[in-house]
Amino acid sequence: MEHTVSAYDDDLKAIARMVTEIGGLAERAVGDSVTALTRLDIDLARRVIAGDRELDRLQRDIEDKAILVIARRQPMASDLREIVGAMRIANDIERVGDLAKNIAKRAVAINGVFPHKQLINGVEHLCEIALHQLKMVLDAYASHDDQAAGAVRRRDDEIDALYTSLFRELLTYMMEDPRNLTFCIHLLFCAKNIERIGDHATNIAESVHYVVTGRSYEDERPKADASIASTIAGT
Amino acid sequence: MSAVQATVPFETVRTPDAAGRPIKIHTRNVKVTYGQKQALHGVSIDIAEKAVTAFIGPSGCGKSTFLRCINRMNDTIAGARVEGTITLDDQDVYDPDLDVVELRARVGMVFQKPNPFPKSIFDNVAYGPRIHGLARSKADLEEIVVTSLQKASLFNEVKDRLTEPGTGLSGGQQQRLCIARAIAVSPEVILMDEPCSALDPIATAKIEELIDELRANFTIVIVTHSMQQAARVSQRTAFFHLGHLIEEGPTDHVFTNPLEQRTLDYITGRFG
Repeated sequence: MEHTVSAYDDDLKAIARMVTEIGGLAERAVGDSVTALTRLDIDLARRVIAGDRELDRLQRDIEDKAILVIARRQPMASDLREIVGAMRIANDIERVGDLAKNIAKRAVAINGVFPHKQLINGVEHLCEIALHQLKMVLDAYASHDDQAAGAVRRRDDEIDALYTSLFRELLTYMMEDPRNLTFCIHLLFCAKNIERIGDHATNIAESVHYVVTGRSYEDERPKADASIASTIAGT
Repeated sequence: MSAVQATVPFETVRTPDAAGRPIKIHTRNVKVTYGQKQALHGVSIDIAEKAVTAFIGPSGCGKSTFLRCINRMNDTIAGARVEGTITLDDQDVYDPDLDVVELRARVGMVFQKPNPFPKSIFDNVAYGPRIHGLARSKADLEEIVVTSLQKASLFNEVKDRLTEPGTGLSGGQQQRLCIARAIAVSPEVILMDEPCSALDPIATAKIEELIDELRANFTIVIVTHSMQQAARVSQRTAFFHLGHLIEEGPTDHVFTNPLEQRTLDYITGRFG
């Protein structure tokens, strides 16, 4: 149902639109950063780095607008959750943008050729899953689909598991030949960034759940990142 | 429309009081009609002791009518009929043998517009204790007046002019004078019918601060049109609509995640 004051509806719609917009920008930044990495496309990487400013600006705009609506309309219940949710989600998306920017910076820093093509495939695959998660959760936000958000949250362990196996693989290459170190460490950070993007998608899923239902998940979030337990001796 | 609704069995959505406060006022199936018009269609609610319960809802929803049932203020309205039971500490408020004057000393009331008597500040507060014979001596009476003014956070502002007329005070001070007058007879319950709607934001804040202090000693029921005020001052909130009690629960829940769609629509400003 619409608000008695129609300008209030316009405010809420404007905030939701801005969140969708920043979400789209972040998706593209993540995709482009990994493409820049796999193709060692310095120009594309620089565009991703420059584009992060737009994400930061939008995140600030969303926050300003949200604060203004709180001050002006004293939102209650579902409206309040809508606004708090938008602020939280925009924050997560802004962090996703930072992580994409970091991947792009590493693509610039690697500045050469890959010693092992298959390693890149692993990162690419990880990125595909993370991007899919990001897309699904942004769709769940746009359609207020709590079930879809729950599915995203449950799938995060796939990314974690893949990241763990990539971690082990990179460790093996580093042990084989110290000349792989620089490259492998850059790649490891990229993989970690992507894994973190997956975590932000999970955060967003939790925010969507809160916006839609007014409740927080009570169970522990699924975790399958075993890299913390890995040691050189253990791999 | 109301005739149809009266025949449909109605269930109030309730969330119990997690704090487990004792119940001061029980009401069961309270119905009020003004002549032909039914204003309340059976309201049952338990009001917790030493807590603030807020009644919210659009104009004409029955919240003030219900409030006025609690100390039988509706008795004074010609054609008003009250059915159902209301008990205060297990004592039937509508018992024919009950002394209504004594009831209203136990259940005080503060109105929308401050209504001090055209008497001095002192006499405004001393009036109740005098007619109820609560003071044994002049010194006793003075003490009651001073403590009541202090409890109403007004004493420091008026201590040098207690003999001046109460009507000469500002609106916010007059309302606090009325609260002092209500608490001078040591009531157990204070009913407040939109006590801040005629006051500016600062005077409102002072009353809200006062309500928060008073709930340590009194059971307070407040009707308010300001959702923010209900959210700020109360521990329990009851939402009325078209003569029904729609939802009743902890204020924190009602204003963040109400269970009933109509409550949600009302508090988010989606109908009125």
